[in-house]
Amino acid sequence: MLLRFVIKRILLLVPILFGVITVTFLLMYIVPGDPVLTMVGERYDQQTLEEIRHDLGLDKPLIIQYIDYIGRVARFDFGRSFITRRPVAETIRERFPRTLLLAFSAMCLAVVFGIGIGAIAAWGRMPWLGRSLMTFSLIGVSIPVFWLGLLLIYLFAIQLSILPPSGYGGGSLRYLILPALTLSFASMATIARVTRAGFLDVACEQFVRTARAKGLSERAVLGKHMFRNALIPVITIVGTDFGSYLSGSVLTESIFGWPGLGRFIVQAILKRDFPVIQGSVLFMAILFVFVNLVVDVSYGLIDPRVRLQGGRE
Amino acid sequence: MSIRGRFVEGFLGRGAARVGLVLFAAVVLCTLLADVISSRDPVDIDLERALMPPSWDHPFGTDPFGRDVLSRAFHGARLSLGVGFLARTISLMLGLLLGVVAGYFGGRFDSIIMRLADITFAFPTLLLLIAIMAVVSPGLVSLFVTLGVVGWAAMARLVRAQVLSIKEREYVQAARSSGAGHPAIIIRHILPGCISPVLVVYTMGLGMTVMAEASLSFLGLGVQPPDASWGRMISSGIAFMRTAPWLTVFPGLLLTITVCSFNLIGDCLRDALDPRSAPGRRAAQRWR
Repeated sequence: MLLRFVIKRILLLVPILFGVITVTFLLMYIVPGDPVLTMVGERYDQQTLEEIRHDLGLDKPLIIQYIDYIGRVARFDFGRSFITRRPVAETIRERFPRTLLLAFSAMCLAVVFGIGIGAIAAWGRMPWLGRSLMTFSLIGVSIPVFWLGLLLIYLFAIQLSILPPSGYGGGSLRYLILPALTLSFASMATIARVTRAGFLDVACEQFVRTARAKGLSERAVLGKHMFRNALIPVITIVGTDFGSYLSGSVLTESIFGWPGLGRFIVQAILKRDFPVIQGSVLFMAILFVFVNLVVDVSYGLIDPRVRLQGGRE
Repeated sequence: MSIRGRFVEGFLGRGAARVGLVLFAAVVLCTLLADVISSRDPVDIDLERALMPPSWDHPFGTDPFGRDVLSRAFHGARLSLGVGFLARTISLMLGLLLGVVAGYFGGRFDSIIMRLADITFAFPTLLLLIAIMAVVSPGLVSLFVTLGVVGWAAMARLVRAQVLSIKEREYVQAARSSGAGHPAIIIRHILPGCISPVLVVYTMGLGMTVMAEASLSFLGLGVQPPDASWGRMISSGIAFMRTAPWLTVFPGLLLTITVCSFNLIGDCLRDALDPRSAPGRRAAQRWR
């Protein structure tokens, strides 16, 4: 049953991956003007232009170019930068671990604090605390991440001068704190809301009443019966958010000068380096698709009902 | 009590809804009265008044060109809200059209449209927006068309699901057996049943769309100068964080309040229209 569910999900990926590849391929064709002109700049003669066009295969019919493109993608060849002439895949390999580090730290913060805040808010012994925590999480979902980042820089780097305002610092913890906190904020807030709702939902369920009625300790009721069921929806959030973090936390990385994938693509856009834009968008989208697959499958593992219905929609 | 009465009570009975409406009304008021509240022109350059901190004369201070930040921020509200509503309306139209076609007619239409939706969902949304905005020529029109087009898929999926469930109801069967044509059935019987979920998703998406516009403008891919947009104002204030933090603080505050109001209204609308849904059951895509 589970195996069939997994295979079905993987088969569903095939048309999606083709679609993603097609979209990124076509992106290059809606570029106004000639990409080759952008590449060579002001100084060019007709001959060089034709040569470059031939080298890039841009003189072939569209359909042949498309097939070539799919072939290259299958070999993880994402093209070369117009400007540095460096293969895009190489830069991605270099930058991805940094994005991963940031994404992972942010997710850990979000999960720990989000579940904590949500559980306290659902507890209901201190209504004022619950209410203020929920107001805090409402602001958390509404605050623009780039503005939050700037406020944190202003407070901790400019006013208090206890943390560096930006940079990577070889991956040291001091440099990681502010960007990770900024990135985690919205997920933390959503996780808090979902956790609270989950606990409140589960608290009314029959099986919780049964557990209490048969005399289980409050700890056992919470730990064994409520926790697991209340947290199922949290997994979806963790999965989708982690997926989008991995695909380059574009805004956060730009503000903090974090040399990951997100900043890479922003720099490419500013320089109009189209192969880099195309290659990195494709890489990120493929990554996003696979992370979502993992989320779907793990969802099926935890909640057998999902397997029967064929997946979350 | 009538259904409408119950809805109004269920909606306005929530403190959060009232707070959301008040915040939204305040932002709209700022937008409409931008010229009355501040007599200063948002693009009026006056270098003698450059980078003045907040004062009675300039409640939000002035920028490096001596322009009044309050006036620029209020005019920016016009732009942000305008782009937000326009983009959502485009998503709504596309989503309704494609969702109804997919759900009602089914078959090949359905599978093509839904595969397209899957592909749209395969991209992290902000990334797709960035990629498109990077290759089309910049400007307001491409901005809201892109935002609107990218948002179609969620709307279409929702409408399709709704249509599928309504289509099999008895009153629709009855209409069909009494000889009503497809257009009549769709307009008279199916669309009315889609209104409330569509309204909820429309409102919830507003906050996200306004945020997306600000994010794109922040990256320099959205609104182009000299137009004032909140995202643009925040990004141009970065260089002056140390000396003139008001340049970034106030536009960001307005942006947060606006998004907050949409989120509050959207949440309460959903709870009032569909009591079964627990708060927070959705996994929303956000902008970072």
